[in-house]
Amino acid sequence: MSAPKKIHEPPFHIVKRPAIAPWKALLIRAIAIAAALAVSSLVLFVLTKKSPFEAMRLVYEASFGVFNKNSDRGFFAQVFTGRRFWAMLQDLCMLLVIALAVTPAFKMKYWNLGAQGQVLFGGLCSVAVMFYLSSGYWETHKALVLLLMIAAAVAGGIVWAVIPALFKARWNTNESLFTLMMNYIAIQLVSCMINVWVPTGSSVMGVVNQNTQIGWLPNMTFPEAWGMSPSAKNYFFNIVIVLVLTAVMFVYLRYSKHGYELSVVGESVNTANYIGINVKKVIIRTLVFSGLLCGVAGFLLVSGTDHSITTGLDRGYGFTAIIVAWLAKFNPLTMILTSFLIIFLDRGASDIAMNMGFNESVGDIITGIIIFFIIGCEFFINYRIVKTHREG
Amino acid sequence: MKKAIKVLSVILALSLVFAFAACGGKTDGGKDSTDAGASENASGATAATQEAVTADPDKLAGIKFGLICLHDENSTYDNNFIMAAKEAQKKLGLSDDQVVIKKNIDESNACYEAACDLAESGCNIIMADSFGHESYMKQAAQEYKNVQFCHATGTSSKTAGIKNFHNAFATIYEGRFLAGVVAGLKLNAMIEAGDIEADKAVIGYVGAFPYAEVKSGYTSFFLGARSVCETATMKVVYTNSWFDIDLEKTAAENLINDGCVLISQHADSEGAPKACEAAKIPNVAYNIDTSSIAPETALVSSRINWAPYYEMAITAVANGEEFATDWIGTIETGSVELLDLSKNCTEDAAAKVAEVKAKLADGSLKVFDCSTFTVDGKNLTEYEADVIDEGDFKPDTNVILTDEATGITYFAESDEQFRSAPYFDILIDGITELG
Repeated sequence: MSAPKKIHEPPFHIVKRPAIAPWKALLIRAIAIAAALAVSSLVLFVLTKKSPFEAMRLVYEASFGVFNKNSDRGFFAQVFTGRRFWAMLQDLCMLLVIALAVTPAFKMKYWNLGAQGQVLFGGLCSVAVMFYLSSGYWETHKALVLLLMIAAAVAGGIVWAVIPALFKARWNTNESLFTLMMNYIAIQLVSCMINVWVPTGSSVMGVVNQNTQIGWLPNMTFPEAWGMSPSAKNYFFNIVIVLVLTAVMFVYLRYSKHGYELSVVGESVNTANYIGINVKKVIIRTLVFSGLLCGVAGFLLVSGTDHSITTGLDRGYGFTAIIVAWLAKFNPLTMILTSFLIIFLDRGASDIAMNMGFNESVGDIITGIIIFFIIGCEFFINYRIVKTHREG
Repeated sequence: MKKAIKVLSVILALSLVFAFAACGGKTDGGKDSTDAGASENASGATAATQEAVTADPDKLAGIKFGLICLHDENSTYDNNFIMAAKEAQKKLGLSDDQVVIKKNIDESNACYEAACDLAESGCNIIMADSFGHESYMKQAAQEYKNVQFCHATGTSSKTAGIKNFHNAFATIYEGRFLAGVVAGLKLNAMIEAGDIEADKAVIGYVGAFPYAEVKSGYTSFFLGARSVCETATMKVVYTNSWFDIDLEKTAAENLINDGCVLISQHADSEGAPKACEAAKIPNVAYNIDTSSIAPETALVSSRINWAPYYEMAITAVANGEEFATDWIGTIETGSVELLDLSKNCTEDAAAKVAEVKAKLADGSLKVFDCSTFTVDGKNLTEYEADVIDEGDFKPDTNVILTDEATGITYFAESDEQFRSAPYFDILIDGITELG
């Protein structure tokens, strides 16, 4: 045992960065996006043997429309009056509002994975009002129906969010599992109600109140001269409402006492107790707020967009919203950008799949690659790799 | 200790990345991929008995045709629409840019979005293939008044009063009846050979959803079989899904275990034919030639050929003419087809099919002849069906007619004076629906 023990040291090791200059962080993110695009282009090229620029063009056109050189309208006028731009904004806002809904809970380190169920149940309550109040008195009182729908949706969202919160506050149950299971209950409830409401056919609710448009958010009418595409205007109110909510949430988190309390609870429950914050109350209050926003999302999807319900009402945004909120570091204004990024990719990827003759899984692969790089680059923002100095 | 924490944090960070990447995924995966070759075979069997369609090539140059499909080529139902689109494209000489197909479009707002997007990108005729697409197509039709919106299997164009919204379907019950005749002959042969006893001639049927389109299909198939094999009975199970390979396979297996000696289906995957091939049970398919995936057991398939409808509608749009808001394809228009009889069919099948087909054509035979079936032991003399679609699901029209020339009293399915989409939703004696 005389030989000295040989120590194997890796040539590099990882060190936590104390702080990083904003330009450096930006640069790392830019490199990540560039790398992501390069890798996904490579994948597309291998699959299609077509130029990656062709794919890039398709991604762009999926959100901003096809530019028509022969039109006498300018570039921006074409984008603004086109349908795809508005459809993209609508998708963006629906993702954004659900991201807003999960944000306060996540900031509190309460892992609410139940946004899907909360949106679905809120939407279900909303569509129930629309379905039952569809004739007679209500034909002349459409605004009242809308108000009732909002109330029902909000109440539904809150109930679905608060049940797990009560259990968490009272018995410290695991909220991730609880909220996940609530999703399945909501999905089954929706299928069940569709079967009750549509006793025949292939279990599809279809457009509710198609002729009377009771319970539909009104369409925005733009001046004729603007030449908006007929269906571009449908989502105007959804977009405005969500942008207002974004501002409200920003103020709530940044400047209100509630916002402060929930971040203290998120950092340390003991600290919160020590300085006299009623943790149980904060948990329940925050989840009421979360559920309320999910309910609003459900209402907007039912009343403003779908005018119907399916088990896919939330478009999978209940989970995607978590990435959006996380990438934006829970800043509601940054979330506009991250939602845009996800929606832009998502629309583009499904268009690529459609145009190049693949099924939608290709779109998922591309989105997956890009999200992998973007989340992965956070590692390099928080840590740096240092060459190990060998001694002796 | 510190190192352990570092390793742990790296693992956690990575798992987070993977978990998030996984969250976005759809849950459609995990299904068998299907034989592309098998589905393509059916295109070779299309009959060329259609009327000639004429349109000026110059006018056709301005056409852009959009097709919205619920699933993709893996679904036999959607593949049938896609194949027909290619056939019509070839026949009318349209370029690839003139035919746009959107696949995997749910029966939700996604359909409205897809229809508007097609209209916006210059399509002047747009077709959707699934029952649940209907109200979304109607909504798009009201916004893009210069674009023609067509919808297969839909029920409401007659009552909607929207000029640019069209329904279409075919008298596929005649095709199913013919397929039933082939199946009945096979049952007879099995009885004669002593494989089964006469009272054990039980047919199994895998249905998608319990409503008229499916019920009309299995009833006509059953009546076809019983017209040649008197002791035939039938058991039906529903999968409550249009396309689910595993469910359909399991449903077929359960039926076989339950004593069924021949299987047919109205569900859109190859699940049931594959289960039959494994169990060596004869199978009759729909919309797809299964002779390559079930060489020992496939008998025959009936199919709606959508090409004649596409050609008619596209030509009308090209010529700037109006066309029917509710269109019914028949054997005559080339819309209802029986694909080639396989080697597993009985020898007399071809002759018998030709004979029955001729009788259907001249009207001396009606599929839903009320004297050939009973409901709760009684013959039907009148029946109110939900023909007028007001969203109320209430019966409103007597659809039992008597043909003056032949004196046959029959259930007038997909009849011109009513509508194209099926409304036969009666459970007749001899058929049992299982839980």
